[in-house]
Amino acid sequence: MGNYVMSADDVRRAITRIAHEILERGQGSERLAIVGLQRGGAWLADAIGAAINNIEPQSKVPVGYIDVSMHRDDIGLRPVVPGAISSINFAVDDTTVVLVDDVLYTGRTVRAALEGINTYGRPRAVQLAVLVDRGHRELPIRPDYVGKNLPTSLDDDVKATAEGVVITATVAR
Amino acid sequence: MKHLRSIDELGRDGLVRLLDLTNHMVEVNRRPVPKVPALRGRTVVSLFFEDSTRTRLSFETAAKRLSADTMTFSVSTSSVNKGESLRDTVETITDMGVDAFVVRHKSTGIPWQISNWTNASVVNAGDGWHQHPTQALVDCFTVREALGKERFDGLTITIVGDIKHSRVARSNVTAFNMLGAKVVLVAPPTLLPPDVSHWPVEVSYKLDDVLESTDILYMLRLQSERMSQGHVPNLREYAESYGLDAARVAKLPPHAVIMHPGPMNRGVEMLIDPSSLPNSLIHRQVANGVSVRMAVLFDLLAGESSAANLAQVAS
Amino acid sequence: MTKQATTGNASQRTVLKGGTVVDSRGERTADVAIEDGLVVEVGSSLSGSRNVDVSGCVVAPGFVDLHAHLREPGKEEAETIETGSRAGAKGGYTALVAMPNTDPAQDSVAVIDFVREQGKRAGLVDVVPSGCITLGRKGEALAPMAELAAAGVRIFTDDGNGVQDELLMRRAMEYGKGLGVTLAQHCEVSSLTKGAVMNECQCCTSLGLPGWPSIAEELMVFRDIELARLTGARVHFLHLSTARSVELVRAAKRDGLPVTAEVTPHHLSLDETKLATFDTVFKVNPPLRSPNDIAALREGLRDGTIDALATDHAPHPRRDKELALDQAPPGMLGLETALGVALSVLNVDLTHLVRVMSINPARIAGISDRHGRDVQPGAPANLVVFDPNATWQVEPEHLASKSRNTPFVGMKLRGKVRHTVFDGEFTVFEGDAQR
Repeated sequence: MGNYVMSADDVRRAITRIAHEILERGQGSERLAIVGLQRGGAWLADAIGAAINNIEPQSKVPVGYIDVSMHRDDIGLRPVVPGAISSINFAVDDTTVVLVDDVLYTGRTVRAALEGINTYGRPRAVQLAVLVDRGHRELPIRPDYVGKNLPTSLDDDVKATAEGVVITATVAR
Repeated sequence: MKHLRSIDELGRDGLVRLLDLTNHMVEVNRRPVPKVPALRGRTVVSLFFEDSTRTRLSFETAAKRLSADTMTFSVSTSSVNKGESLRDTVETITDMGVDAFVVRHKSTGIPWQISNWTNASVVNAGDGWHQHPTQALVDCFTVREALGKERFDGLTITIVGDIKHSRVARSNVTAFNMLGAKVVLVAPPTLLPPDVSHWPVEVSYKLDDVLESTDILYMLRLQSERMSQGHVPNLREYAESYGLDAARVAKLPPHAVIMHPGPMNRGVEMLIDPSSLPNSLIHRQVANGVSVRMAVLFDLLAGESSAANLAQVAS
Repeated sequence: MTKQATTGNASQRTVLKGGTVVDSRGERTADVAIEDGLVVEVGSSLSGSRNVDVSGCVVAPGFVDLHAHLREPGKEEAETIETGSRAGAKGGYTALVAMPNTDPAQDSVAVIDFVREQGKRAGLVDVVPSGCITLGRKGEALAPMAELAAAGVRIFTDDGNGVQDELLMRRAMEYGKGLGVTLAQHCEVSSLTKGAVMNECQCCTSLGLPGWPSIAEELMVFRDIELARLTGARVHFLHLSTARSVELVRAAKRDGLPVTAEVTPHHLSLDETKLATFDTVFKVNPPLRSPNDIAALREGLRDGTIDALATDHAPHPRRDKELALDQAPPGMLGLETALGVALSVLNVDLTHLVRVMSINPARIAGISDRHGRDVQPGAPANLVVFDPNATWQVEPEHLASKSRNTPFVGMKLRGKVRHTVFDGEFTVFEGDAQR
């Protein structure tokens, strides 16, 4: 079975650190919004949003979710099964949107999210937070906040939840 | 799914899948920029051999919001008037490279015939008296949205009017039944099909008898040419027996809702201004048209039917 | 087309050896010798200048079709008298009654003569023109029936249309009785079938196709039986399709009325549910009916209520059948598949099969002098040789008809024509048309 590369405590600490970094770089929570990528990034967006509001109790940083299936560049190459429905119930114009995903891999999902977020408005800036960066990028995309950099091989399967991060080497086909 | 030609062909699972997918499209349509690139590079042709405003426009809007290219085939300016056969027309358009035909025709079965002549997907936007599956999807979605229920168990849906000549009725009887509703058909015997004993419906000739037990009252349009064909003696008599007026609205249970696929015949089946009805879903039916058709096009052109392509690419 | 299989010059003697001869007198094994266009000898151990082994096959009087649309003049794109004759020969036919819905219609001696002449020119079967009952098949005024009868027409019909007007039909029967001819009715009360596409049934309810009620046929069957009772005219009912029609004809025959009836192979084998594919090849007039009707038609043909199997061979070019169901013309091919369909779906003995495909239709068409005769010396050599057990698959591209609208595509049929002999010559040899 898989190897735990991050424990639940590691994940919790990483989330707290990322929340601090976001606040530090943005000089507070003013005009800040968190948007999780459906489905893997949704829980992480909730956790980061909660951490920020915990650090600065007066802040009310909104959290939204975006389903990027209709923005992907590989439609027609693979079955498209939309995840949960997008939900961004706040104006993104002139805000700093932090996109959140669990695992950063090829970068294609993030590219789709960057395009998708534009259909909601024009953010002042877009940043990217991920729990795990496993490498193998296919696009010029770089995270602003990283929980852990994790070298993997192409055959590895990475699962990231609040209970920890597990890496499983799948049998080569 | 390769084609959407009838509700039967779609099946219960397909019906639920498309209704669920419609929720995504409703969200897209609420965005400040309601357009996604999902079908970029795909081409959708509308092939309408019969007048239609809302269905054609909602399909074309749906295609554009998914970034598909659209072509409109207009019968009045086409080679069909120069004697080109339908097959030649379809083959010619197919050669130009299209991914889906959206077809409306006054004759039953045309979408099936067309699918024999092209490798593109075929969406039935109404064939004769036979099927209008996207209208049924719109209606099911509208009921789901209004009642907040995914299943229609325990609901009685009463469809009133010209059932015999109605593709909307044929699609809706199947779709409502698939979701668990009890369907009651109300019409004079001349406007019922020859033999509905095998349909999952109850039949009544008297509207007043069934209003009290109705949760959803679905009024159909009565076309005035039915009079000249002797199906009803005159419109006044029809309106008296089957038209919706204030007295009949009062007989409905308080929670009952009213639907109509449009366009309405005011003074015939609608003797009351529908905008004065608190429980009318008629505007929601129109509003949901684009989202439902986006779901259909997305499912046909971006969905699981492409799985075979992936297998080819991967191997 | 090879010539070597024909009997060549008139003095040649051809012997069909070892077949089972089937005619009105039953079945027996015998050799059949043919010379100068006639059957000259039937017996054992015969030999001639040309001997053809037909063991395992049936040798019978050539089939007679009471109902063939040969489309010439007017719609040569669909069929010509020559291609229709060839299709007939391949189906084992030696005579075809040509339906009158040509353009111009067969309501004048000129058109009748033209059709007959084209038939002779093709020389593959006897083409027997029927005449119109009314001018232009319009149902308004009688055609010159006496002139047409004098030109040799024995059977009159407006096929494609039923004669709607009761008075006009009564006059036609009275007039026809005086001429000694038969009136063949296409039974369809047209006010009940306006726009109709398929049988009125549960299937049409779900498909949303305009229904074609059985009663549209039965009302006219009933009317014409009563008019036959009144006038004493000989009436033939074309392509019956419903159980109640069979019942009406059975009762009329019990009353001793001079009525006869036919049924098509497709009404004996295909039911209304075929339309669920929306394939226009299954659109036909009268429409395919219910399994219950099919059972009644089979029983009617078995017990003699229905006298004849008739094809209603109705060729249509591809582009016409590629229209919408409600716009496409009705009709399907039948000549080349009739025997196979009959043997595949009917449970009758070979003598009865020959009766309904040759003997009875020859009598109804008034051509018993040349067709449907017992296989004995002196009879014209119009014969079919078929293998009742051979199975084959219908492949449209191999049909001799100019059109391709067969509903039996890909179907496996039992019973195949091997040879057809017309006036002593092989028009079909080993399944291949000789001309």
